[in-house]
Amino acid sequence: MTLLGLLDRAPSHGYDLKRDYDAFFGRGKPLPFGQVYSTLARLARDGKVLAGEAEPGAGPDRKRYVITEQGATEVETWLTEPVEPEPHLQTTLFAKVVLSLMLDRPAEHYLDLQRAAHLQRMRELTEVRRTGNQVDALLADHGLFHLEADLRWIDLTSARLDNLAKAVRR
Amino acid sequence: MTEPVIEARDVRLSFGATEALRGASLAVNAGEVVAVMGPSGSGKSTLLHCLAGILVPDAGQVQFSGRRIDLLPESQRSALRRDRFGFVFQFGQLVPELTAEENVALPLLLNGVRRREALEKARGWFDRLELDGLEGRRSGELSGGQAQRVAVARGLVAGPEVLFADEPTGSLDSLGGERVMELLTSAARDAGTTVVLVTHEARVAAYADREAIVRDGVVHALTVDRGAS
Repeated sequence: MTLLGLLDRAPSHGYDLKRDYDAFFGRGKPLPFGQVYSTLARLARDGKVLAGEAEPGAGPDRKRYVITEQGATEVETWLTEPVEPEPHLQTTLFAKVVLSLMLDRPAEHYLDLQRAAHLQRMRELTEVRRTGNQVDALLADHGLFHLEADLRWIDLTSARLDNLAKAVRR
Repeated sequence: MTEPVIEARDVRLSFGATEALRGASLAVNAGEVVAVMGPSGSGKSTLLHCLAGILVPDAGQVQFSGRRIDLLPESQRSALRRDRFGFVFQFGQLVPELTAEENVALPLLLNGVRRREALEKARGWFDRLELDGLEGRRSGELSGGQAQRVAVARGLVAGPEVLFADEPTGSLDSLGGERVMELLTSAARDAGTTVVLVTHEARVAAYADREAIVRDGVVHALTVDRGAS
C-alpha cells in the first residue's frame, strides 16, 4: 500500500519508487528491488496501476507506472482507516516475568534491567527527535510513546510482583 | 574518570515514623544530567532536597565538591544554595509582582549584582529560551510553558554549578514539557552545568544522560551497558 501511495503523487519508475520508499520508510532496511517489481506486477494484475511500455535504455527498469482510478480510491480509503488498536503486549517480556516468578528467579531485577534498556532506547530516540528532520522526529515520537507504554506496564508489574507471584505459583 | 561534584552517601532521613530515605547513595559527576525517577512517595524529592542542602539527613553524608555540606549550619547552606546552585520547581516559582525579566534577574540581584547589569544579563536568556518579547510580562500574563522557561532562565542565570529541577514539566502538557526539557538540557550542557532532575515521566528522563531509580528510600542505579565508559 505504501508503494501505491507513493505512485498517487505522480507516475514513477520502479527505481525512483524504491529510492523514495527507502528514504522515507526504509529506516535502515532498504526494500529489495525484487520486492518492488513483484509488488508493482501484482498491483498491475489487480488493476491498481498501469505499466507503460518499456523505454529504451540500459538497466532493468525502463517502465513507468501510473496509478489507476481504482488504485487511487484504495489509497484514499486506506489513509482514512484507523489501524487496529492492538495492545502490543511484548510477549517475550511478559513470558520472562511470569517464568521468573514461577521459577522463583529475581523478576524485579529483570524488570529493572528491562527498564534501563527501555530508557536507553528512549534516550537514543530523544536524540533522533532533537537532531533529525521532521520525518525522523515523527517516527521517533511513535517509538517513544510505545516504549513509554511498556515502561508503565513494567512499573505497574514491579509494584504488583508479590501478588503476581502468588497467582502464578499455584 | 571525573570526581563526583555532588554525592549522597548512605543517606537516611525520617519524617516522624516514616522513613523517607533508607540508605540512599547517588554520585553525580560534573556536567552530567541525571534523572532521579521513582513512584510517588519513593523518596526521590527528599533525596533532591538533601543533595541541595535544603534538608539535613539524620545519618549519612552529602558532599559537594568534596566537602560535606550536611555538617554546615543553615546560614552556610543557604549561601551555598544562593551562590552555587540553581533551582527549578514544578509550581508557583515566579514572583507575581515582578516582570519576567526581573524574575530571571532575581538570583543576580540577591547576589549583589547591580540592577542594570542584572537585568541586562537576564535579557540575554530570553532569546535563548524562546521568550523574546515577554520580558515585561508578569507571571499571570504568561502561559504555563512560558512561565516554566522563565523559571529555567532564572535557575541558570547566575551560572550555578548544579541545577536542581524537581518535576520541572509536571504542570505542562506533553509538547510544552518537551520544549522546556529540550531548552533546559541544552542550555545546561552548553554551560557545563550539572543537572539533578526529579521526574516520574520516562519521556522527561530520556533527556538525561542516565537515570537513578529510587524505590522505598533506596537508589537503584542500574544501567545497561553503553559500550565505552
